[in-house]
Amino acid sequence: MNARRLAQALRDPDGVAALDAGGWNALVAMARAERLIGTLALRIGDRPVPAAVRPILSDARLDAEREARQALWEADRAAEALAGLDVPVVLLKGTAYAAAGLRAGQGRFIGDLDILVPRDAMERVERALIDAGWEWVKDDPYDDAYYRQWMHELPPMIHAARDRMIDVHHTVLPLTARQTPDAAAMIAQAVPIANQLSMLSPEDRVCHAAAHLLADGDLAGGLRNLWDIYCLLDGVDGAALEARAARHGLLPHVRQARRLANAFYGEGARLTLWDRIVMARLLARDGWGRERRRLLRFAFYLRSHWLRMPPAMLARHLFAKWRRGHRPV
Amino acid sequence: MNHDLTLTIGPATFRIGSAWRQPVEALAGLYADYPMPADAIADFTVRLEPAGPFRRWFRPSIFITGDHGLADAAPMSLAHGLLAAEMGMNLQMALGWRRHLLLHASSVEKNGRALVMTGESGSGKSTLAAQLGERGWRLMGDEFALLDLETGAIFPFPRLVSLKNRAIDVIAAEAPAQRMGPMLAGTAKGDIRHLVPRGEAVARMTEGAPPALLLFPRFGHEADVRPVGQGEVFMRLTQASTNYVALGEPGFAALSRFVGNVPARAIDFPSGDEAIALVERLWEELA
Repeated sequence: MNARRLAQALRDPDGVAALDAGGWNALVAMARAERLIGTLALRIGDRPVPAAVRPILSDARLDAEREARQALWEADRAAEALAGLDVPVVLLKGTAYAAAGLRAGQGRFIGDLDILVPRDAMERVERALIDAGWEWVKDDPYDDAYYRQWMHELPPMIHAARDRMIDVHHTVLPLTARQTPDAAAMIAQAVPIANQLSMLSPEDRVCHAAAHLLADGDLAGGLRNLWDIYCLLDGVDGAALEARAARHGLLPHVRQARRLANAFYGEGARLTLWDRIVMARLLARDGWGRERRRLLRFAFYLRSHWLRMPPAMLARHLFAKWRRGHRPV
Repeated sequence: MNHDLTLTIGPATFRIGSAWRQPVEALAGLYADYPMPADAIADFTVRLEPAGPFRRWFRPSIFITGDHGLADAAPMSLAHGLLAAEMGMNLQMALGWRRHLLLHASSVEKNGRALVMTGESGSGKSTLAAQLGERGWRLMGDEFALLDLETGAIFPFPRLVSLKNRAIDVIAAEAPAQRMGPMLAGTAKGDIRHLVPRGEAVARMTEGAPPALLLFPRFGHEADVRPVGQGEVFMRLTQASTNYVALGEPGFAALSRFVGNVPARAIDFPSGDEAIALVERLWEELA
């Protein structure tokens, strides 16, 4: 068994009527592992389900509501901390979807607060956040220096009292990556929400989500990111999206994201061989919620680093991490 | 998973999967009188996995996880597999249960009303609950008391009682040997042996009771009883709850009501017999 059952339940929630106890157990375990249980609960809605499933789904809905409330409060605190700087603050990912009431935010698990600010404001933003009670998570000087020199974000910070993480981005992908999305253009076209906070334009939201899923990272948790993309594509004009993706150097990624989103959650799509390999990675989860296909996952882990940096730098980096005790997968 | 078992305890059903046969066999033996529906829909999945690629065979080592897990949880030896399974169920409840306010407390029932006891690990609350459970009270649980958000009743979660170190001999002296599990020597918390609750505790495990008395026991001191202010009770119970924050306003309302309605005392005791006498006396006076 793989996570196809979960993707199918999201695409066609009527289909869950056919599940037996074993089917439900697998679906719930996979949805929890992929952090899609809240989304699944909302998709199933008021459809009849076995009595033992109902409280599981309503608990998941309550948890998702709490997530959203907490995320919005955290965004409010960040806005307050940065209010004096006169810097545009763009909410990214889950918090943005929740703040704007987008479909992608419904039932969504929201972990850290991600914001995008102009690169030349980073120092001031960092200082203002520290003054407002955020502090460094990483105490390793190698990690800290690495973030500051090469990454698209500050080293992660956590609020001392509220225990919530914030990731401050100045662009979309690591500076070492092959693609260089135009962060300044993204900020320029951002859409206001409230309290000096804004979010990316509809096209840029898709570009950002696709860049994260396919041009960065090892696709862990990718089913949820792909669900985001599927929801974000709703109502976006295809031609405008292509133009915007081309500007950011993300056209192949955005096209692939559209094919995959439609194949998993929509009407279906013609897939390439590479699409099918990515698909196998995204579905590598069994009915006990365990990750499967260790070799495939390891290959994607290596690839994520390969995409992020040139080979000599990659070798140095992996060696430095290995010496510090990091073991992949 | 290679071996699995479904187990219902109080309001929660667990699907436990294991890479090894032994932990599942041990559970099946000790929980023989509990419902084990083969094809039930479980509230939680528990997984006992090898801690590394070869650790299923080579120096077997159990990583406890499931729907909810802790990334930095220390692996356990296969000899302690039963304990690992118990900890796996606790972990799911502590991190995932939302249908009651969870209090890290033991509880027992008499005449339709519940006595709740909470305190640090080693305070003696488990031992006291187990002893009361052998002496006419109905054991509701030694780990979690489930506070109903609407009615304010305490619901049972009567898993095996986990007896540690000196408590093992104390209880083994009064409970029949067939209700005692194997000795698990040298765990992170010392020696552990499990006690199967009396049949009544299992038969009535879905039956709640309104709380009538809250005690903060402390073992190893001269006998003493002290009142505890409501503010302190509230704070101590928020710290004793793993889901207080997650429940938000309903959790606050339920806990406020509990603190307002239930008399509370801190008690010190030097021995089990004195503790029982003290508890019975306070129960007569206050409950």
